[in-house]
Amino acid sequence: MSWLNKPATETQITHGQRLWLYILAVIIMILLVTPTLIVIPMSFSDSQYLEFPPETWSTRWYNSYFGSPEWMRATATSLKVAVLTMLVATPVGVLAAYGLHASNVAFVRAAFVLMLTPMMVPLVLIAIGAFYAYVQLKILYTVTGLVLAHTVLALPLVVIVTGSALKSYDMAQENAARSLGAPRWKAFMTVTLPQIKFGVITAALLSFLTSFDEVVVAMFISGGDNPTLTRNMFNALRDQIDPTIASISTIMILVTTCMMVLAQTLGRDRRPK
Amino acid sequence: MQANSDTAPPGTAAPERLNEAGLRRDGRLERLALFGLASPAMLLILVILVIPVGWLFYVSFLGADGSFSLENYERMISRKSYARIFVTTFQVSLLTTGICILIGYPLAYFMSQLPDRLANIALITVLLPFWTSLLVRTYAWLVLLQRQGLVNDWGISLGLWEEPLKLVHNMTGTLIGMVHIMLPFLILPVYGSMKAINRDLMKAASNLGAHPRRAFWDVFFPLTMPGLSAGALMVFILCLGFFVTPAVLGGGKVIMVSMQIVRNIELFVNWGAASALGVVLLVLTMAILWIASRFLKLENLAGGGHG
Repeated sequence: MSWLNKPATETQITHGQRLWLYILAVIIMILLVTPTLIVIPMSFSDSQYLEFPPETWSTRWYNSYFGSPEWMRATATSLKVAVLTMLVATPVGVLAAYGLHASNVAFVRAAFVLMLTPMMVPLVLIAIGAFYAYVQLKILYTVTGLVLAHTVLALPLVVIVTGSALKSYDMAQENAARSLGAPRWKAFMTVTLPQIKFGVITAALLSFLTSFDEVVVAMFISGGDNPTLTRNMFNALRDQIDPTIASISTIMILVTTCMMVLAQTLGRDRRPK
Repeated sequence: MQANSDTAPPGTAAPERLNEAGLRRDGRLERLALFGLASPAMLLILVILVIPVGWLFYVSFLGADGSFSLENYERMISRKSYARIFVTTFQVSLLTTGICILIGYPLAYFMSQLPDRLANIALITVLLPFWTSLLVRTYAWLVLLQRQGLVNDWGISLGLWEEPLKLVHNMTGTLIGMVHIMLPFLILPVYGSMKAINRDLMKAASNLGAHPRRAFWDVFFPLTMPGLSAGALMVFILCLGFFVTPAVLGGGKVIMVSMQIVRNIELFVNWGAASALGVVLLVLTMAILWIASRFLKLENLAGGGHG
């Protein structure tokens, strides 16, 4: 194998000398990917127990999921909350990112730190704080409450993603539109927004996923008539290993992958650099 | 609003200066108005997060009878079980961060050396688990590692071990799950800093007679430090407050601070004790971030998610 004796790096280490690195890397990559993917074939098993590869195939665990009013209600709640979170967090976050970017008052930095607090404060603390606040506000176990809390969790991501899109945008273009007579909001909508739309789309999809995947906060403030899918899944996991969870997991993998593929195709900036 | 549209006609120098103060005031008002655009977001964060967490601070200083007392903090110091929880939390966080560095750094290095097309494929293997729901991944490990799980089945049929190993509902399971979840947070910044290194530097080092190993440790590795430290800090901070994975894979044997907080509320309805723990966790997190921010650019950290 002459390939093994060829230099692989600038420092003339050969492929053979660092074969260990290739083997290690491939093993790590397999370990990263397979655990999640193996759930998919398992969900089509006919057995009570989770076996791989399944001896006989069936869709019984999908039937048990789609046939359960409880799981269906939780799924509907999760989807509703995620869509609403996306619809609230995106405009609010984009406005904030734009405001902080365009304004240079002294306390912009402090405001930016405030925007990032939801990412820095431990989730459990946010969860019990919101639980307490919602009892006072009488919105515990409501969709409104969930959407508000998930919006807060999604805001830092929206502000960061939109903010970085704004950084690579030249504000002079907006000033040109305004000096030609366009009001500020019109200049923003027709000149700025189209140019940062890739960032905004990515931010919207990320806020959907943030809400759809969220467990800890939902554990505290969802329940009653409106438990989320993740809350029910978490409770089921603590009790027993029900293969129904495998089918739900498969569907969740499908949903998130679709979202990320969407983000990649819609959110990628294809303009020449 | 339109401060710059009402400038004086040319050739009239004096009135222009008269306008100066007005223009400056308009400019300031406009900047404030722009800043106001951020107010809905800031209001939401204040009402849903900052004020309630502030209230938890207050509650943590109330005793069982509702008067001011430090009993919630004293309990943390006096009871052995609480000390153990903090030790476990740091143990899990440090071990997870350490294993992530040992596994993630070589993989990031490998990826940074691949030609672009292959590197993108390798990147997908890092990003796929990153997208996948935390619960789904935790569940997958539960299935794989259980007594009759795939890992035990294969290990025994290959003759690697004889009795089913206890891989889950303990520290081993927790660490496996945590490392899997945290790896992308480490790999992505490290990979980014490796890609930014000018490869000619390594050539230069070789050319000047450095042994490849020396060139790596003296030239390449120090240049990856910003990415490595940002990633490691991110992983460590996320681990400190982690809940879902240790709760499911720890099987009640690995109790971290966040789990004790939940237990204090769900089982004992003791808000004071839960709040005090939460305050300590928050202060620890902030202190670590603050110390780190003096050495690192924290902007590098932005872009996580946590659970």
